[in-house]
Amino acid sequence: MRFKRLWAIFNARNREFFRDRAAFGWNFLFPFLIILGFGVIFKGDYQSQFKVGLFPIPHDASVNSSKDFLPDSFATFKAISFVGFETRVQGMDKLKHHKIDLLIEAGTQPILYWVSDSSPSGAIAERLLKGALAPPETSNRFEKKDIQGLQVRYIDWLFPGVLGMNMMFSALYGVGWVVVRYRKNGVLKRLKATPLTAFEYLAAQLLSRIFLLMFTLVIVWVGCDLLLGFRVYGSLLNLFLVFLAGSTCMTSLGLVIASRGTSEEFTNGVLNFISWPMMFLSEVWFSIEGAPAWLQASAKIFPLTHLLKAARQVMNEGQGLWAVMPEITILYAMTLVFLLFGAALFSWNK
Amino acid sequence: MNMTDTVDPLIEVIDIQKHYQRLRAVDGVSLSIGRGSCFGLLGPNGAGKTTLIEIIEDIIDPTGGTILYKGASRAAQFRQEVGIMFQQTALLSFLTVAETLQTFSRLYDNTEPISHLIQLCHLEEVKGQLNDKISGGQKQRLLLALALLNRPELVFLDEPSTGLDPQARRNLWDIIKTVKSQGRTIVLTTHYMEEAEKLCDDIAIMDKGKVIARGEPQALIQIHCRRATLSVPKDQFPEKPDTLQGFINERGDRIQIRTENVNAVVGQLLSMGVDMRGVNVKTPTLEDVFLKLTGRSLRE
Ligand SMILES: Nc1ncnc2c1ncn2[C@@H]1O[C@H](COP(=O)(O)OP(=O)(O)O)[C@@H](O)[C@H]1O
Ligand SMILES: [Mg+2]
Repeated sequence: MRFKRLWAIFNARNREFFRDRAAFGWNFLFPFLIILGFGVIFKGDYQSQFKVGLFPIPHDASVNSSKDFLPDSFATFKAISFVGFETRVQGMDKLKHHKIDLLIEAGTQPILYWVSDSSPSGAIAERLLKGALAPPETSNRFEKKDIQGLQVRYIDWLFPGVLGMNMMFSALYGVGWVVVRYRKNGVLKRLKATPLTAFEYLAAQLLSRIFLLMFTLVIVWVGCDLLLGFRVYGSLLNLFLVFLAGSTCMTSLGLVIASRGTSEEFTNGVLNFISWPMMFLSEVWFSIEGAPAWLQASAKIFPLTHLLKAARQVMNEGQGLWAVMPEITILYAMTLVFLLFGAALFSWNK
Repeated sequence: MNMTDTVDPLIEVIDIQKHYQRLRAVDGVSLSIGRGSCFGLLGPNGAGKTTLIEIIEDIIDPTGGTILYKGASRAAQFRQEVGIMFQQTALLSFLTVAETLQTFSRLYDNTEPISHLIQLCHLEEVKGQLNDKISGGQKQRLLLALALLNRPELVFLDEPSTGLDPQARRNLWDIIKTVKSQGRTIVLTTHYMEEAEKLCDDIAIMDKGKVIARGEPQALIQIHCRRATLSVPKDQFPEKPDTLQGFINERGDRIQIRTENVNAVVGQLLSMGVDMRGVNVKTPTLEDVFLKLTGRSLRE
């Protein structure tokens, strides 16, 4: 093991990353655009979730002035937006196609409404309406608690997800695919002809990718934070340590994929096969809380699941390093397994 | 094939076999390569030259047989002491020529100053350019420079000039001759008999995985193709040629004389008053040796 040789390959790989303008730009731009896009969509406010249709509303009348007959708490509920239709037929058509969740005939007493049996949000909207119509004393039986202080905006929840996803793709493709290409076009063979050892080569690839992932992470983080202003409840240092564990683990997984083979197409297939389920089951975009237990359990084989769980605990819940230690331990244990496999399987030629 | 006794062998190849399924890419080759020599493996495409040279380089494993380097099996030090130019190699992308040399030079303990190599291999004008932006000839010279970075005792060159135009080829040959004059041992493969004749002082002719002839180029020609061919215009040809020492036949408007003794025949023709300005002499080449041994030509 010669550090000089490792350093030479580490530098060459970094240069390549920074000079490959197209890929370089994409590495930064992609997560940035996604986060920015979602930041614009979910402005930070609670957005309306349910659409309720009203008819008949003449086309020159405003729907807001025609909903006085509804109970106040329903008519002014933030999560509901109202749409007016001139006729019942028009409204029914939208309801059938799930464009609206509930259709109400204006000015009726008792209130006449239509709802689709097959629509879950229709059922919720119906319950909201019934709740608003119920006698007032029932509402005394509940007490609404304020969760103001710990409210997590969707964008704050999504942010670590997108960063982790970007890290995952960059780790898997930046090591897996690139090393296979180098094996195919003979670069690895040329390196084999030198005193460089497989261990030195793999270590250089690993360290270079981790360095680049963390570098990208910091840049994208700062850029998004300046524009959107994220709320981090825990410590930034702890968050950094969590992401470091995640990038090490996913880069090691990339090394396993890179260890053999000369077909870029085959490797691409393997990478897709791993990265897509990982993206959906690791809760990058949405929680799988409601999914079947076996699915939630199998999501635990993905490093990204553990990375995101820990990152969200730190960022959104303000947990300390100790609380996420199980996740970090799992990530480093997986890293060890991946590295052993990757090194055992590695071949310069085939 | 029995081993030619080499006085001071650097490399000994002992009964090397390489099988790919049913194909015998290398089929029982034994030979030794002398220290300081320029050894050539000459043969047509598919003869097994690359397979054999890469086995000697310890890049691929043989199916059977042994390679000895300095009389022992190759240890880790082997990589420090040899330089390799493969038949095809891509280079690290997004690095310049000079950076590529620097990167590889850090992989060795004992290295030649990069400026020397840039000078030796005529890379001055392209040293700041990216690897994938240089011409074929420049790339071959860069690959040669990479093979020389570690002041190797032993240099392997697999088809160094294939694909180059005649000018670029001659440039490369000049550099290889310089390397040879520095006392390094060179092992090269080629399917150009001219390249083998110009550069090598020891040759093995390979065909279908086997070595079919071995020796110095001139000696091989002497042994296998002694006869040169003289061609004389028909109207110049003497009426009574019976005394000429050779086989005579007619080819169009010229007469060909195939002989083992060119000087004698030339003397006889002169004494018969033939004007030598119209006479061509074609001496045999390694191409003819290959043709004689296999019935096929080197370049299919
Ligand atoms: N990896 C391989 N798998 C299968 N066949 C191979 C492989 N490498 C070489 N061959 C075959 O072995 C024979 C010798 O190839 P090679 O050594 O490249 O010849 P040369 O260098 O003399 O042109 C060829 O028929 C080639 O197709
Ligand atoms: Mg070849």
